[in-house]
Amino acid sequence: MGFMEKILLKNADVPDINDIDVYVAHGGYKSLDKAFQMGPAAVLEEVKRSGLRGRGGAWFPAGMKWQFCVEVNKFPKYLIANADEGEPATFKDRPFLEKDPHQLIEGMIVSAYAIGASKGYIYLRGEYPTGYKVLNAAIDQAYKKNMLGQHIKGADFSFDLAVHRGAGAYICGEASALIESLEGKRGQFRVRPPYMATHGAFGMPTVVNNVETLVNVSHIINGGADWWGSIGSKDSPGPKIFGISGHLQRPGLYELPMGVTLRELIYEYGGGIKDGRELKAVIPGGVSTAMLTPEHLDIKMDVKSLQAAGSAIGSGATTVMSEDACVVHMVWRAMAFFYHESCGRCTPCREGTDWMVKILARIENGAGRTEDLKILEDVCHTIHNNCFCPLGEGAVNPVLSSLKYFRQDFEEHIRTRGCPKGLRARARH
Amino acid sequence: MITLSENTLQEIERAASKYVDRKSALMAALWAAQAEFGQLSPDVIEAVAEVIGVSSAHAQGLATYHSLYWKKPVGKYVVMLCTNIACTLMGAETLLEHLEKKLGIHEGETTPDGMFTLQEVECIGSCGNAPAMVINETFYYDLTAEKIDGILSGLR
Repeated sequence: MGFMEKILLKNADVPDINDIDVYVAHGGYKSLDKAFQMGPAAVLEEVKRSGLRGRGGAWFPAGMKWQFCVEVNKFPKYLIANADEGEPATFKDRPFLEKDPHQLIEGMIVSAYAIGASKGYIYLRGEYPTGYKVLNAAIDQAYKKNMLGQHIKGADFSFDLAVHRGAGAYICGEASALIESLEGKRGQFRVRPPYMATHGAFGMPTVVNNVETLVNVSHIINGGADWWGSIGSKDSPGPKIFGISGHLQRPGLYELPMGVTLRELIYEYGGGIKDGRELKAVIPGGVSTAMLTPEHLDIKMDVKSLQAAGSAIGSGATTVMSEDACVVHMVWRAMAFFYHESCGRCTPCREGTDWMVKILARIENGAGRTEDLKILEDVCHTIHNNCFCPLGEGAVNPVLSSLKYFRQDFEEHIRTRGCPKGLRARARH
Repeated sequence: MITLSENTLQEIERAASKYVDRKSALMAALWAAQAEFGQLSPDVIEAVAEVIGVSSAHAQGLATYHSLYWKKPVGKYVVMLCTNIACTLMGAETLLEHLEKKLGIHEGETTPDGMFTLQEVECIGSCGNAPAMVINETFYYDLTAEKIDGILSGLR
């Protein structure tokens, strides 16, 4: 598979593409004219027909999510771009937040038009201060050019947009926690029902979509659902930005069609394993997705194929570990993250992640006990299906998958009283 | 009781105008107050709560929920080194030890001269250029111990 022609990142390196005039000169905001001609119902149909699925990690069909909101007769409706990009190893949305912001704004306007939303927010993670400045400047420009505000480009459609800046909390990337945070409360999940399509932000019908999902919308409208849907895998089509990291020769962002194989991603685009080492493990879709092994290299990066392999595509953030990595150490570090980010509301997640950090640290540091592996599995099974939000579920995946594929590594740590690579789990606070 | 500056108050009102409920501007207000005072001490949080119209307990709860609101004094430069998965794979833990030695403090502490605070942070979305760190609002990528030494001496 060669490098595909870029769609989403086409203009990412154009100088001053954050300036609205430069963006328009490169074909920007064209999809608005087409969408306004088509009418909201036809835009919704087109997005449904394209097969666009949410690229934040859950891969829910975007058109269906919109439809639920369209059906509710309550106004105003809200559209929120989830720019909280917090899943570890995910950095795919940054180009749209820091370099090419109008692409996101354009996608949001078209999407809001289809949904019937008159108010929008970009929920931006606190860790991206540049994005905060760039997005605010781009929004100001868009207002001046009447791409935002009242009667956009003379159409019978008005849309207001603002940035809401987070302050460092992974859980706020979960849609209902995000809305709580938008409302000035601690970002903790809401128990559904009621669903956000009827009772979202400020009690009004709300759609929350990932940045990359929204960015795709103008391309679907410009090029048509048939063209867009013909790219990549049938069950989850379209272009996708894969962020590959870890022990690679060429880590970075690659825009590729859905369905590229892990082998292609790692060896063709990523240039293979760093320093000519052997591949040990790969996390295909962000830290909360199950680890895979070299046996899985021919699996396609799409929703169905990774699910069948017992993992998930998640955000498409693929992290590669060479034989130099200690799997136990990495699982401990992942668990330290989940423990730190657990909101504390569900006991199994709050206590379970704490317990697992302690167990994993003692295994790594030479005080592991034979029964520890059984305890880890028990804790995972206690968290699974017993928590309200996906954070705890995500914490379980690295543990269970590594115990499945790399159990001998854990056993060796316990037997030899320490990490064969000489690593230690640091005390953290 | 602390008084917020005119500037900060204006910024808070600008933020509040973006929402149907001014409670939503609490996060923006905390950011603005942190920019003014360098940290969110209990009395600063209380002042923010009053302006927004929430209880100080509510504002305190929000401030302590988020890792980027400083609840204690920090140095002129806050060195935030990412040690999440991608950065750790690329050697971030060795760099953390290097920083601790170089600055003569432990992670989470501030140098006695008030110049540097060292913090370990979760993923900062720089995984393609790991290891990475942020100092105040500037990102530094593909770090090595030598690179860090250069960056720190440039700031001193």
